[in-house]
Amino acid sequence: MKKLRIDETLYIKTPGFLSEQRIRKGPVAIIECTQDIPCNPCETICPRKAIKIGLPITNPPEIDEAKCSGCGLCVLWCPGLAIFVLNYNFDKIRASLTIPYEMLPLPGKNEKIKCLDRNGKYVCKGKIEKVTPPKKNSRTSLITFSFQKKYFNTVRGFKK
Amino acid sequence: MEEKELVIIGAGPAGLCAAIEARKKNIDVLIIDENIKPGGQLFKQIHRFFGSKQHMAGIRGITIGEKLLEEVEKLQANVWLDSTAYGIFGNRIAGVIKSRKKNVTVKAKAILIAAGAVENPISFEGWTLPGVMGAGACQTMINIHRVLPGKKALMIGAGNVGLIVAYQMLQAGIEVKAVIEIMPKINGYMVHAAKIKRFGVPIFLSTTILEASGKNEVEAAVICPVDQDYKPILKRTKSLDVDLICIAAGLQPLNELLCQAGCQFTYKPYLGGNVALHNENMETTIDGIFVAGDCSGIEEASTAMEEGKLAGIAIAEKIRKRKWDDEKLEVRNRLNDFRIGTFGEKRKISKMEIEKEYYEKVKN
Amino acid sequence: MKKNDLRIYDHPILGKLPEKKRVSIYFNGRKLIAYEGEMIAAALYANGIRALRKTEKFKQTRGIFCAIGRCTDCVMTVGGIPNIRTCVTPVRNGMKVESQKGRGRWKKKNW
Ligand SMILES: Cc1cc2nc3c(=O)[nH]c(=O)nc-3n(C[C@H](O)[C@H](O)[C@H](O)COP(=O)(O)OP(=O)(O)OC[C@H]3O[C@@H](n4cnc5c(N)ncnc54)[C@H](O)[C@@H]3O)c2cc1C
Ligand code: SF4
Ligand code: SF4
Ligand code: FES
Repeated sequence: MKKLRIDETLYIKTPGFLSEQRIRKGPVAIIECTQDIPCNPCETICPRKAIKIGLPITNPPEIDEAKCSGCGLCVLWCPGLAIFVLNYNFDKIRASLTIPYEMLPLPGKNEKIKCLDRNGKYVCKGKIEKVTPPKKNSRTSLITFSFQKKYFNTVRGFKK
Repeated sequence: MEEKELVIIGAGPAGLCAAIEARKKNIDVLIIDENIKPGGQLFKQIHRFFGSKQHMAGIRGITIGEKLLEEVEKLQANVWLDSTAYGIFGNRIAGVIKSRKKNVTVKAKAILIAAGAVENPISFEGWTLPGVMGAGACQTMINIHRVLPGKKALMIGAGNVGLIVAYQMLQAGIEVKAVIEIMPKINGYMVHAAKIKRFGVPIFLSTTILEASGKNEVEAAVICPVDQDYKPILKRTKSLDVDLICIAAGLQPLNELLCQAGCQFTYKPYLGGNVALHNENMETTIDGIFVAGDCSGIEEASTAMEEGKLAGIAIAEKIRKRKWDDEKLEVRNRLNDFRIGTFGEKRKISKMEIEKEYYEKVKN
Repeated sequence: MKKNDLRIYDHPILGKLPEKKRVSIYFNGRKLIAYEGEMIAAALYANGIRALRKTEKFKQTRGIFCAIGRCTDCVMTVGGIPNIRTCVTPVRNGMKVESQKGRGRWKKKNW
């Protein structure tokens, strides 16, 4: 049976994806939203005006490499759960990814996890670095986890 | 017989927004809903909405619902809950069973029908077994009633509702074994598909369901790929161990009351089927009968709210014999902002056709 | 959690299930625990009961299909009155709920 596959290469060169050069510099938002959705909270919430959609609001979001600080506010408010913050320089060997998380139970800090790709397939081992529990107004948690640098464009989720 | 200026049937997002606008203009409003709580489908929509700031984008349906209820209360609209409107009679009279007890007729200067929609079924062997249900029904069970209708599920249909509800099933703790879609590609947005893919839920394309099997309840589902002509390739069937099968095959407007009122209809597939003709003020071909939300064509909660506001203002104009053109323009602009993109554009064209057909009918 | 308890006690978005008063209902004579104000069909599903009635001719089972009172697949005999849509009718303490066969029958004693 034919399965829908979300390929690693799908988002490269889209307006929400950054140059490898910028990615190597440190925390930055990666936006995997390329269709003409009438939606723009990522643009309005960003305190640094790093995301541009403009008019019509169906334009796909475009990110400004110079402006984004990787603060993660947009990750929390994106209805598509399509934004992640990637920190390529988490340490010498590992990168980290911050994702919105709306499942129970929440993982604990330092917990060992299995990192998954965009299709939910196992990629490598990883570790939970930070858990920001939900605030009342957003009801979404942010989870930061680390894994080998070379998988920075492969890993997008995890399981326990 | 009671008398009211405006009777609104349905306390969903459309009805509530209409009530708010009409109350702001001091119209005497009565809202009728057959449920014990107002809000219609809003309180099961636990996801964040798309849109822009003006549409309350990024906010969850449940939070929007709470805000609407606060406002309705503040503006002191009359609300009859647990009360069903069973008929619309000549000259804008609504027949209501109040609180499941008493038959009451209410005469109004205007009636707004905002009764919502009903889910489309699809039929296959065993589709009537307990455990087969609409995707919206499952959403109601898990998010409103907080009860699991099953533990292992199959979702039929990869449109936005199928994908969103599949994700909400994961949130509720249901294991989603697969989402199947008969078309060669998904109809919903990729961001919604990506949410469930990341949790390893397979989405099978060009695949249909053949059978729900089980003795008195669903115990398994038989699925099968289809060829280019959508014919099942029977030698490649596969059985899934599930006890819940959800159907996300779209919605259609709940038209009974509009039919009874004598409104004229037109067929608009992008709006869910037969839709009551209405003009730019949401008034139907029957004088004083208005329509809004899913009842005037299936869209989303965000558009239902705007249409409700538009109807509320237009009704106040009619009753007070005044004009609030600027306010209506603002609402229409927000509606147009929403009716763009892959899904929105087709609905916008259908809405324009409806308006044109309305004027052809009303002139003659 | 008991084997047949299908309630969602904790939810990532909706939080903990609010404490509510418990009431008893009787399903075909069997005592079940339900929460005050909840719909009859939801209480039955929470207790693992999904087959709510049997059809007139072929005696097939039916359960919840729409959950919002539109399809009438969930009708049962409640307090002696047949054809009650149990997905939109709240429980009451001591309520007698019976699975219905076909179109059901009015029970005189409740009239
Ligand atoms: C089960 C279900 C789930 C849905 N989930 C989503 C979703 O997740 N995301 C999304 O974008 N859209 C969803 N939709 C589409 C949804 O209908 C719209 O988003 C929006 O809620 C429509 O608003 P409305 O006010 O037109 O109707 P509704 O919200 O349906 O409100 C209509 C109200 O009128 C009441 N009513 C109807 N007839 C009568 C009568 N005769 N007497 C008294 N009261 C009556 C109904 O009980 C209801 O409370 C869903 C629809 C359904 C049916
Ligand atoms: S991470 Fe912060 S700075 Fe970067 S785009 Fe998102 S909100 Fe703006
Ligand atoms: S908020 Fe999310 S879904 Fe909406 S446009 Fe931005 S990235 Fe896309
Ligand atoms: S399940 Fe449809 S009316 Fe109850």
